[in-house]
Amino acid sequence: MAVSTAARLGAKAAPRVRAPGSPKVTRGAILATAFMFVCAVYFLLPAWWLLVSSTKGPSTLYSSEGFWFSQLHLASNLTGLFSYDGGIYWRWLVNTLLYAGVGAVCATMLASAAGYALAKYEFRGRQFVFSVILGGVLVPGTALALPLYLLLSKVSLTNTYWSVFLPSVVSPFGVYLARVYAASAIPDELIEAGRIDGASEFKIFRTVALRIMSPALVTMFLFQFVAIWNNFLLPLVMLSNTRLYPVTLGLYTWNNQYGQAPQLVSYVVIGSLISVIPLVIAFLSLQRFWRSGLTAGSVRL
Amino acid sequence: MFLGPFGVLFALFFLLPIGYAIYESFFKVHVSGLGLGPSSTTTVFAGLANYTHVFSDPSFRQGVGRVLLFGVVQIPVMLLFATILALLLDSVAARFKRFFRLAFFLPYGIPGVIAAILWSFLYLPGLSPVVAALHGAGFGTVNFLGVNSVLWSIANIVTWEYTGYNMLIIYAGLQAIPADLYEAARLDGASEWRVATRIKLPLVAGSLVLTAVFSIIGTLQLFAEPQVLRSVADDISSSYTPNLLAYTEAFTNNNPNYAAAVAVVLAIGTFILSFGFLRLVQRHGARMGV
Repeated sequence: MAVSTAARLGAKAAPRVRAPGSPKVTRGAILATAFMFVCAVYFLLPAWWLLVSSTKGPSTLYSSEGFWFSQLHLASNLTGLFSYDGGIYWRWLVNTLLYAGVGAVCATMLASAAGYALAKYEFRGRQFVFSVILGGVLVPGTALALPLYLLLSKVSLTNTYWSVFLPSVVSPFGVYLARVYAASAIPDELIEAGRIDGASEFKIFRTVALRIMSPALVTMFLFQFVAIWNNFLLPLVMLSNTRLYPVTLGLYTWNNQYGQAPQLVSYVVIGSLISVIPLVIAFLSLQRFWRSGLTAGSVRL
Repeated sequence: MFLGPFGVLFALFFLLPIGYAIYESFFKVHVSGLGLGPSSTTTVFAGLANYTHVFSDPSFRQGVGRVLLFGVVQIPVMLLFATILALLLDSVAARFKRFFRLAFFLPYGIPGVIAAILWSFLYLPGLSPVVAALHGAGFGTVNFLGVNSVLWSIANIVTWEYTGYNMLIIYAGLQAIPADLYEAARLDGASEWRVATRIKLPLVAGSLVLTAVFSIIGTLQLFAEPQVLRSVADDISSSYTPNLLAYTEAFTNNNPNYAAAVAVVLAIGTFILSFGFLRLVQRHGARMGV
């Protein structure tokens, strides 16, 4: 009944292209929405569990209904988390920001310069250099971690900030994105005009190229940020000093220790929650940059 | 030169370690006498001995078999799932698009280690509301961490993490298609299903290839999720995946030369598989005129 009313209304609003608003489409819409709702539950439920569990004390964590709140222990969990082991959780957050944040900024700058050079300068072996870098995209970071450790231990660089930071600022995929984007978005005439005006090559890059490439830069930054933040093997092999850990490695260590120290379960839960909140917000609000960058990347493949 | 700084670091932290791993993989530590004292071990040239060992090592073979099985099942399931969600989001019929897009993408904001820790709680009997709910629904005590089930529990974590990301890549491809292209088909009376399979899917083939290549690389490198789950699942051995084997050999068994050989074989294998897949798709695509 309601369906046929909708169909008539649809027919009346003819200029909308969905004109043949047949009952079939409406039923399809309900089914599609219902299916997506079920999927949304699948994707959100673990996050919901994390949120709920971070408010519970160590005892109610095991005994109460997992998907609903019980006695509120949020404040004591928070103070416990930030004071445990001399407030080392703070260190981990700062370290993560250094590795992933600063690392991704540096990686973006290096990759944009390299991509720009590969797109806009003719030189011998250009294609070869690009092919080698492209091959680097297919060599995953984890395959490099072990040999890097063996290498850096020869020069006593393991167990330092640099051992995690320096390998993280190399982003072949960023170079690829930068080259694709610079080749299509920066007109050669603009560079020529800059040269005629007497600007140095560096100034042209800084004032003209970087400005035009800025949407691609955000995408490159995001990709590298996630790559560093997700690279677990590299800090795991490089670092033994817990004060140098990124937050992922720190939580992993606690997660392996709660057999001996039961209160750590609560800290792992709330520590996980705190560490992902800023990231999830940043991600969701920057979603359109993912899409634009991914289109640029896949169109060329 | 603009290429310089990147080039130097790329050489130092990409090319050099690869070269060094290859170099190391040709040596092995020889223990003389009783193996006591610092001078009793010497590093000697071993030729291809480490490589023949890799290929005959049962734990390496089992690990490779495991990640291949994992990939053959998990990658198609995840990509099909992602494609369906992208098509639904793109179809005119769907409601609440913004909410759904955010919900599906959210897990990607959670790093692999933390996602694995989170799911390990949801698999753990006594703590997990999922196990409790299934028990309450009459399924008995479901063991997510058993010898046969744990691989698929890992697959579930990976699917949960990356479906939304892959969906976004495919969705981006769909959004780039000019709408009038299928408006015409729709006016001709083509159903949504026909529009999706005959017009939309062929046009996002490039995006699908991209997601498949990334997934193949990720699967062969599987490390963080099984490593984290080891704390709750006894059946994940220290050589569960090739990457775990290399890690164990280097740090537990103190055999970096052998670990280097494993890493080299794994890197070459990854390269061949992802590159081969690209080639296969490109040839196939050229024939179909995509």
